[in-house]
Amino acid sequence: MLRYFLKRLLSLALSLVAASVVIFLVLEVVPGDPAAYMLGLNAQEDTLNALREQLGLNGTILERYLSWAGGLLTGDFGVSYTYRTPVAEMIGDRLWVSLPLALYALTLSTLIAFPAGIWAASRRGSFVDTGVMGATQLGVAIPNFWFAMLMVLVFAINLRWFSAGGFAGWDAGFLAGMKSLTLPAIALALPQASILTRVMRSSLLDTLSEDFIRTARAKGLTRAQAMWRHALRNALIPVLTIMGLQFSFLLAGAIIIENVFYLPGLGRLVFQAISARDLIVVESVVMLLVFAVIVVNFAVDLAYALVDPRLRRRR
Amino acid sequence: MRLTKLGSGLISVLALAAGISMAHAKSDIVVAMQLEPPHLDPTSAAAGAIDSVLYSNVFEGLTRFGPDGSVNPGLAESWSISEDGKTYTFRLHEGVKFHDGSDLTAEDVKFSLDRARGEDSANAQKALFAGIESVEAIDPTTVKVTLKEPNGSLLFNLAWGDAVIVAPESIADIKSTPIGTGAFKFSNWVQGDRIDLEKNADYWGTPAKLDNVTFKFISDPTAAFAAVMAEDVNAFVGFPAPENLPQFEADPRFQVLVGSTEGETILSTNNKQPPLDNPKVRKAIAHAIDRQAIIDGAMFGYGTPIGTHFAPHNPDYVDLTGLSMYDPELSKELLAEAGFADGFSTTLKLPPPSYARRGGEIIASQLRAVGIETEISNLEWAQWLEQVFKGKDFGLTIVSHTEPMDIGIYARPDYYFNYDSPAFKELFEKLTVENDPEKRSELLKEAQKMISEDYVNGYLFQLAFPTVANAKIKGLWKNQPTQATDLTAVYWED
Repeated sequence: MLRYFLKRLLSLALSLVAASVVIFLVLEVVPGDPAAYMLGLNAQEDTLNALREQLGLNGTILERYLSWAGGLLTGDFGVSYTYRTPVAEMIGDRLWVSLPLALYALTLSTLIAFPAGIWAASRRGSFVDTGVMGATQLGVAIPNFWFAMLMVLVFAINLRWFSAGGFAGWDAGFLAGMKSLTLPAIALALPQASILTRVMRSSLLDTLSEDFIRTARAKGLTRAQAMWRHALRNALIPVLTIMGLQFSFLLAGAIIIENVFYLPGLGRLVFQAISARDLIVVESVVMLLVFAVIVVNFAVDLAYALVDPRLRRRR
Repeated sequence: MRLTKLGSGLISVLALAAGISMAHAKSDIVVAMQLEPPHLDPTSAAAGAIDSVLYSNVFEGLTRFGPDGSVNPGLAESWSISEDGKTYTFRLHEGVKFHDGSDLTAEDVKFSLDRARGEDSANAQKALFAGIESVEAIDPTTVKVTLKEPNGSLLFNLAWGDAVIVAPESIADIKSTPIGTGAFKFSNWVQGDRIDLEKNADYWGTPAKLDNVTFKFISDPTAAFAAVMAEDVNAFVGFPAPENLPQFEADPRFQVLVGSTEGETILSTNNKQPPLDNPKVRKAIAHAIDRQAIIDGAMFGYGTPIGTHFAPHNPDYVDLTGLSMYDPELSKELLAEAGFADGFSTTLKLPPPSYARRGGEIIASQLRAVGIETEISNLEWAQWLEQVFKGKDFGLTIVSHTEPMDIGIYARPDYYFNYDSPAFKELFEKLTVENDPEKRSELLKEAQKMISEDYVNGYLFQLAFPTVANAKIKGLWKNQPTQATDLTAVYWED
């Protein structure tokens, strides 16, 4: 068990090192001098040089990589070129928006998808099933930014129940914070819920057609009993995989939604940083996301073991 | 008896309520803009967003721009200029305090100007200070600036956001905690979201009428529209979606101010790349362009046609649009004369703003009509800076030059459009050392004509600056003589 754990840890570390090299190299060869971007159209060569020196951009690629990667190990993400504040601090601030938003959206999508998927699977072929499947098709097809704009139009501009965007801040209270995340979370959750519902349904149906369910039914369990006692747990594995993927996606992929609602989240930070050639911020955020994906995958692996005892014993 | 008592009670309640509402004329404002400042030091970055938030509100210079672009006294109460035009003696206002409570002295002025022009300065407009020989603090309220040679633009240069006066002890944290002398103090910055300012109770000049100011940053045009419609923000300066302006104009809740900017939008031309190095070819391009079609198609009708690199609202502006009237037939003739009867092809590299992307498509089709094929490529800003601005690897590009009074770039042969004209350089040198306003005006007019007749670039239009605000807000700047959102005179009408 310990050996397995250490092996996992080593592979985790290696993936992180590999990711850091790739991220750094890819961004360093991207054209665009951060200093030129910051100083605009009237800057003179000596000014540009002075700024490059200040930003530590004059070193060789290897020197810069080592200082960046070395910093990461100690939790020092460097200083943003444009904002001139520690990157770790900026990411920390933004995580307080993006993380709750991703969790909120994931919770909403789970709360919708589980009952809907189970309901559709248990009434296979009925008009409930057709209805749920039709709705999920719509949910997948509607672009979430369009749905977001529609919600702003209805709930912010016409009804005035919510503000059109922005983040009240957790200082304003938990409820105020959650309120400003509600519309974005719904917009994000809708397509996710649709996908999850479909996975839930088909996974349940697959499990329901397996031999052990037939055995259970033969022993006298009703279809519903068989489903709740035996099928559900087994059907969860693909659902958990999708949820793990969705969480990473929600954390990183909320860029458009964060722009529509002008939320000060990670997605918007990375978007601004890319256009401003704030390479160190981009590198650090991407690195963090890679880390998040790896950790989430690890957590999903653990969750597999929880729902499926066979996986636990194999280890 | 009872009824009258109730009546008088009611009246007094109403009077009280009215009194309260009078006393509570709104004193807070939420102003939105598209771009967030990267940091808060106007003296070490080119980002206009920094000035948009801080200029005049938090930081002040010796001189300052008025809403009409005039140069007015700022921290300097008055000044005298020596006979030879080389020495400026500024008298500072007395009793001016920085927001940290320290006094503004001549030493702070010396420090600020020396820092801006110093060797390791990261000032984006260092050229503004290039002519300064020395700065001396004569006494606490007197500063003497000595120039290498006379410079008629000094007072104008000192009004820029890049020339504001800062205190030495605040430099270390200036990028996150700006300390100036203005009518508002910086109070809070939630990165990615907003910046808060509060009224400076110890302000030396006319106090601000607002108590609290919040700047919000909303980059997405659709989100901008929603924020104004939902009244989440009280004003949006530089509203990014001109197509929505008629809707706001029709809504009595809002006022729409369409002002002018210092942004000359031009079809920049690489004057050294064949065949664009041929003036006839450049003239042909100029006549092939229908400016109004670009203004209508790319800017929904907002923008003023220009014929040279100068702001139309400037008193010295000359309307030279006639030199490059839309005349595709003439354009074809000129091309034939230049030996390109069958046309030619060149590159058109476009930066991200919609004036460039949308305008580029229109220009490409107008040029195609006279036989010039353009290969369009869309670039990110950083790529554009690298390839076009720094690398000079382009034929044509579209960009708005937003620096105030920047005709001087035509005197720089290494500037990206590669215009190397000894005649213009000579003219500009004369202009630089000229102090007499009338002669300056003449020289400026001559400079405008020279570049227009040389067809250095295709001159398209002056960017418009639309502001959408609550109808009750007064005192906002309509024009943008510099990138500023001066809120010192803004108030809510009862």
